Amino acid sequence: MAFEIPKQIYSGSIKTVTIGKGDKAITLGGETSYPFYVFEGVMPNPPRVAMEVWDKDPGEDWAEPAKEPFREVLGDPAAWAKKCVNEYGADAVALILVSTDPNGDDAPPEAAAATAKKVAEAVDVPVIVYGSSNQDKDAEVLPAVAEACQGLNVVLGPVQDKNYKKVGAAALAYNHVVAANTPIDVNLAKQLNILLGQLGVKDSQILVDPTTGGLGYGMEYCYSVMERDRMAALTQEDDRLQFPIINYAGQEVWKVKECKQTNEEAPQLGDQQTRGILMEAVTAVSLLLAGSDLLILRHPETVKLAKTFIQEMLA
Amino acid sequence: MALTGIEIFKMLPKTNCKECGFPTCLAFAMALASGKAELAACPYVSEEVREKLAEAAAPPIRPVKIAMKDAEKVIGGELVMFRHEKTFFNPPLIAGLLTTAMGDAQVDAQLDAFAKMQFERVGLMLRPEMFALKDLGDGATFTALAKKVADRTDAAIMLMSDNVDYLKAAAEAIKDRKPVLYAATAANAEAMGALAKELGVPLVAKADNYDALAELSTRLTGMGLKDLILDSGSRTLKQAFQDQVVIRRAALGPKFRPFGFPTVTFPCEMTDDPLKETMYAATFIAKYGGIVVLSSLEPHRVFPLLLQRLNIYTDPQKPMIVTQGIYPINNPDENSPIAITTNFALTYFIVSGEIEGSKVPTWLLIKDTEGLSVMTAWAAGKFSGDDVGQFVKKCGITEKAKTRTLIIPGYAAAISGDLEEELPDWKILIGPREASHIPAFLKSLQQ
Repeated sequence: MAFEIPKQIYSGSIKTVTIGKGDKAITLGGETSYPFYVFEGVMPNPPRVAMEVWDKDPGEDWAEPAKEPFREVLGDPAAWAKKCVNEYGADAVALILVSTDPNGDDAPPEAAAATAKKVAEAVDVPVIVYGSSNQDKDAEVLPAVAEACQGLNVVLGPVQDKNYKKVGAAALAYNHVVAANTPIDVNLAKQLNILLGQLGVKDSQILVDPTTGGLGYGMEYCYSVMERDRMAALTQEDDRLQFPIINYAGQEVWKVKECKQTNEEAPQLGDQQTRGILMEAVTAVSLLLAGSDLLILRHPETVKLAKTFIQEMLA
Repeated sequence: MALTGIEIFKMLPKTNCKECGFPTCLAFAMALASGKAELAACPYVSEEVREKLAEAAAPPIRPVKIAMKDAEKVIGGELVMFRHEKTFFNPPLIAGLLTTAMGDAQVDAQLDAFAKMQFERVGLMLRPEMFALKDLGDGATFTALAKKVADRTDAAIMLMSDNVDYLKAAAEAIKDRKPVLYAATAANAEAMGALAKELGVPLVAKADNYDALAELSTRLTGMGLKDLILDSGSRTLKQAFQDQVVIRRAALGPKFRPFGFPTVTFPCEMTDDPLKETMYAATFIAKYGGIVVLSSLEPHRVFPLLLQRLNIYTDPQKPMIVTQGIYPINNPDENSPIAITTNFALTYFIVSGEIEGSKVPTWLLIKDTEGLSVMTAWAAGKFSGDDVGQFVKKCGITEKAKTRTLIIPGYAAAISGDLEEELPDWKILIGPREASHIPAFLKSLQQ
C-alpha cells in the first residue's frame, strides 16, 4: 500500500495586509497552512525582509560588523534607507526612532515625524516606523509620524495596551497599518487585536508583533508563542489571531554579548562578523519557521541569507 | 496511544501477589501506565499480554542510543510536533564531516577544533557531539581514520560507506565505540542489517521516497533490528524540510511504525556555501532532525546552532533558572556598584547582557525566586524587602565590595522601604524598569 501523508486539517487562514504605496507595496499573509508546509497549503505572499535604520548614529550601541556596511550613512537616515533598498535589496525599511527615547536623547515628536517623512519619501518601498517602546512617548511620537506620512501607508509600532487608542486613532485617521505589540503572550495578543478592532482599526490594518527574543536570550518564548498563535489561527479558527506577524529581530540579536565580542575578546567563538551574521540568520530561520511574515533584520548579509532561505523553501 | 491504568489492569493476573513490589495489581497497573514500572516485574503475565502491552507501550518514535566515548546520547523519543504541546526531549546531535580524501593536517585541525568547542552556559556544556566519517573508496584509510577519531576524541561516530566490506572493517576496528553505520539501502539491506545486528550498533536506513523508506525500515525491523535512523534521501531544503515534518507526523499521528525512528540530515550535502549550510542546519534543528551533519566545525558556525538547539529544546513547562549567587560583570572591584535581580534565566540573561554592554564594572546579585521574573516574584512574596535584605547580608558580597549601594529592579521599587530597614547601612537605589535602560543608569552613577 502506498504511503499517504497524514493530513493536517486547517480550518482558517491568515488575513492579508498591504503595506506601502504604488508598485513596491507589499502584501503580507494569506497562508492556509503552517509556515512553509506548502505540500498541504499555500503561502501566496512570501515572508518579507525589512532592514533596520536608526534615526541617529548608533555609535557604541552597534557591534562593529553591523555598522561596517553602513559606515558612510550612519547618522543620515534617508541616505541609510536608500542604501538598504538600492544596494542591499531590502523589501522594506524599518526606521527606528531611537532618538525619541525619554531615557536617552528625548527628541520631540515633531523632529521624529520630520525624519520619518524624509525617510519614507526617500525610498519607494514600504516603511515601518517604530518608536522607542516607551508607551507614553510613543503615544505622542507615532501620531505625529502618522500625520507627517499621510498617504504613504506606513506601519506604526510598537502599539501597546496603554497607547493603542492614540496610535490606533492616528492610524485610522491617516490610513496606516499598526504593529500590535504584546509581551510574548497569545492571549494578550488576541486581546489587543480585539481592542484595536473595537476602536475601528480594520483587519487589513493590523500586524502582530509578539515581542522578539534574540538567539540564546529567550528566542524560544517568542518561537512558541508564534507557533501557538498560528495553531489557533489556522486550526482553531481564532479569527482575532489571523494576522500576519512582524518580528523586530535585528536589535535583539545584535545587542547581545556574543555579537559584540571581538576576535581578540573571544577567540574561542571564531570570527565575530560571521558569528553575528549567523546568529541573526539562525534567529531569522527560526522565526520564519514559527510563522513570521515580516522580519526586521540588521546586517545586509543576513538579509541576503534570509531571502535565499524563503525563496528555496517556496521554490 | 498508550493504555490507561485500568486497561492494563484488566490484562494482569489480578492475584495481588505483591511480587512486583506493589501492594496490588491495580497499583502496579497505574505505575505501568505512568511509566514508573516495567512489565518485566510481573512474573505471571502471559506472553500474549506481554507482547500486546509492549506494542502499546512502545514510544511512537524509538529513542535510539548513540554512544560517545564516556557518555550516551539519545535521539528520537519525541512525543509532539510543537514544543509548546509538551516539550522536546532529545536534542539533535551536531556532527562534523571527515572524509578519506582529507589530508592528515585537515583532519587533525578538525579534531583539535572539536576538542576546543565547548561552551558553558547556565551550567550546561554546549558542544557538538559527533563526527561523520565518509569513505570515498579507500578502505584502509577509512579504517585508519575511524581509529584516529576514536582514539583522539570522545565523539560519537557515524561510519559512512557504500562498500559493506570497508564499513565492516572500520566498524570492527572501533566496535567498542558502537559507531552508527551508514547506510542500509534496498540493494544492501541484508548485509548491512546483518553487520549492524552482529555489532549491536544503530543503522541508518536510506531510501529516496516515502514508500521505499517505509519498505526498507520494515524489512530491517523484520530482521530483528530495533535501532534505526532514517535518511529520506532528499538533498534540497524544501523537500528535506517536508520529509522531516511528514516522518514525524506519520510516526506520532497514525503511529506509522516504519517511520517511528529519528532522522539524520545532511546540510553538508546540500550546498557548498558554509553560511547557507548553517541556515539549513538551523532548519533541521528546529524541525525534527535527529542528527545534523555539517561539512566542517567552526565555532562561529556551530555556536549559533548550539544556542538555537538550547532554546528549542528548553522545556517550556519549567522556568529556566540560574544559580543564586554573586556574578561579577566587567571585572568589578571593591568600589563597583551592586545590583540585584531574580534567578529567572531570561531575566538574568537580559540584565547581565545589558550590564556587560554598558562596560560598567558591576556586581550582579542573583537571588533565588524559583525562576520567577521580577514582577511575579515580587507579587508572590519571593522578592520581599526582608528576603532580599537577608540574602544581601549572607551572600558574601560585603566581603568583596566596600560599596554599600544596592540597585534594585524598577519593578520591585515597592520593597525599598522594607529593604532600608533590613539594610540600615545601605543606600537603596531604584533602577530602571526596563533592562534596556540599565546602561544609561549605570553610566549616570559613574558621573
